[in-house]
Amino acid sequence: MSGFSEWTPQLIQDEIDALKHKPGALLPILHAIQNRFGYIPSEAVAIIAESLQQTRAEVHGVISFYHHFRTSAPGSHTVQICRAEACQSMGARSLEAHAKEKLGVDYHQTTSDREITLEAVYCLGNCSCAPSVRIGDRIHGRVTPEKFDKLVDTLTTRALEVK
Amino acid sequence: MSTKIFVPCDTTALAMGADEVAARIEATASARGAEIELVRNGSRGLFWLEPMVEVETPAGRIAFGPVEEDDVEALFDAGLLDGETGHPLCQGLTEEIPFLKKQQRLTFARAGITDPLSIDDYRAHDGFKGLENALKLDAQAIVDEVKASGLRGRGGAAFPTGIKWQTVLDAPAEQKYIVCNADEGDSGTFADRLVMECDPYMLIEGMTIAGLAVGATQGYIYLRSEYPVAHRIFDEAIARAEAAGYLGDDILGSGKRFDLEVRLGAGAYICGEETSLLESLEGKRGLVRAKPPLPAIVGLFGKPTVVNNVLSLAAVPFILDKGGQAYADYGMGRSRGTLPMQLAGNVKRGGLIELAFGASLRELMEDFGGGTFSDRPLRAVQVGGPLGAYLPESQWDLPLDYESFAAVGAVLGHGGVVMFDDTVDMAEQARFSMEFCTVESCGKCTPCRIGSTRGVEVIDRIRAGENREANLELLTDLCETMLDGSLCAMGGMTPFPVQSAMKHFSDDFKR
Ligand SMILES: Cc1cc2nc3c(=O)[nH]c(=O)nc-3n(C[C@H](O)[C@H](O)[C@H](O)COP(=O)(O)O)c2cc1C
Ligand code: SF4
Ligand code: FES
Repeated sequence: MSGFSEWTPQLIQDEIDALKHKPGALLPILHAIQNRFGYIPSEAVAIIAESLQQTRAEVHGVISFYHHFRTSAPGSHTVQICRAEACQSMGARSLEAHAKEKLGVDYHQTTSDREITLEAVYCLGNCSCAPSVRIGDRIHGRVTPEKFDKLVDTLTTRALEVK
Repeated sequence: MSTKIFVPCDTTALAMGADEVAARIEATASARGAEIELVRNGSRGLFWLEPMVEVETPAGRIAFGPVEEDDVEALFDAGLLDGETGHPLCQGLTEEIPFLKKQQRLTFARAGITDPLSIDDYRAHDGFKGLENALKLDAQAIVDEVKASGLRGRGGAAFPTGIKWQTVLDAPAEQKYIVCNADEGDSGTFADRLVMECDPYMLIEGMTIAGLAVGATQGYIYLRSEYPVAHRIFDEAIARAEAAGYLGDDILGSGKRFDLEVRLGAGAYICGEETSLLESLEGKRGLVRAKPPLPAIVGLFGKPTVVNNVLSLAAVPFILDKGGQAYADYGMGRSRGTLPMQLAGNVKRGGLIELAFGASLRELMEDFGGGTFSDRPLRAVQVGGPLGAYLPESQWDLPLDYESFAAVGAVLGHGGVVMFDDTVDMAEQARFSMEFCTVESCGKCTPCRIGSTRGVEVIDRIRAGENREANLELLTDLCETMLDGSLCAMGGMTPFPVQSAMKHFSDDFKR
């Protein structure tokens, strides 16, 4: 279960209306939409632009600038692997290679059963207990390949196809 | 009588299983009919011991760690609740653990001792005394106290905080802002996160004092989206502080107003740069602004704005409570006060180490850190985040102060220390520095945007043994171009780790 709702133009409008009075409202709005629907549907751009009296190009430019925002639906779970230096010093490079092989996907891709989307991240602030992985809002430390497999296996009911 | 047990709730403790340990402790106690009071405290920052469980005894708090879920039964059997110290995980009295005892904790004095969200706990440990003093002073007197402390910005640039505040105080405007930079993007750093998760009222207090000092009524905390735990705890702290009258339109009955709001970043390292951050807060792409004008004069929404790192603002309550001089009494040369260093990467005992400026890197890595986690020889250390130089053993005796580091082309930055053992390939690290710049460049200037892409290609050729000498020369030139021609430190400092790797670890570029 992803916990995300199906978007409709009205629901997107509701999210915008709840926040548009704030100064510099665009980022809070984009976060709210992505939190609720899992991503920012392309149709949302026009609605946001209209509501904030900005051009679509401006809104699109902001969405594409930030690594966090995505424009297509993620899998049920998002798994982020820390690629930054402290994690590198503790084997993050081999962990990421392992993760890609185990899941059969590269970064920014979703497994064919749509269970897991793999993402890179640069530091989770858990640098003394590296390597670090974030799954949803949970961060895990000292993640060995074995620990990674366990974490992933508990996420998925079906066994994943290993390439 | 019930026994008080503490299980930390910061990101690292949680990442190592603190919730599961807490649940098991409660279940075990109830199965055994033992009365306990479980407190979710902040972390002391002794991360190799997390989850570090503490038990209150008449002699003081006794620590056990690292505790796993399955250790709990045995800990109870060994007399956990009676303060017995026989279990192998027992670390003795927490305050006597050398890693903690040898520190000089001013900013982190409360971290891990209190329940982060308890205002009563905060007050019982000197909380809000600085604010109470500030409310009795005029704006100039507050700024003068911060100037007297010698505090320099802890975000990286080390600019004197008092002088920045003076500029904003002197700028005439109806509306001014306090912006707290909690983007903490540097690998190897987590001190800002610890403040927000373990002692959030300290930051609220520091920002409120800043507001009183410069005449700002609105504050924003720009928090990176990679910190969900800090976000949750800090939002709750703001709500409680408002309800208790420490924030809002009548702070402690003074008639003065200050409001706070957390804004989330969206995974862009460059938004830690202050002008990029302001653009982001305004709802735009995080393109770096040319300076001048300084944010202190033309900042958020064009208004005079204080932009300060979490640690700079978190130092302020102490300064207003104990006096600027009490803070300045710590430190060396022009680096006054304490610096919270963060020991990370391949280290046996990693965590937060707050010391007066002047200790050496070696003391940190050996005495505190206990060497590498892998037990292999330590080879390289990156200090100051992804834009900081890699230091070889010959530089480990440098004193930790801004000027000594600058003298060898290194930076202290935000105080992150990332240790690497002898399996590190420094050419690969140099490549990553360039790659990181390609991913995180805001794209405004060519030397940074294109230079870093070329940098990756050139290092790839060097590593593949293609025209090695010519390509090393090309890389040297490329670094010079980035250093000279970049608008901000992203492009301007990416060469630091690359050049230091080439200089001190040249063998790695020849294999
Ligand atoms: C690429 C880049 C990233 C930065 N990231 C941060 C950061 O994450 N946190 C921070 O406080 N300062 C960061 N800074 C420094 C800020 O621009 C600014 O100097 C600081 O927020 C000022 O606060 P201070 O005077 O309290 O240090 C960064 C600078 C650059 C060039
Ligand atoms: S140096 Fe890089 S990050 Fe800084 S302004 Fe130029 S392009 Fe942007
Ligand atoms: S570098 Fe991976 S958590 Fe900080």
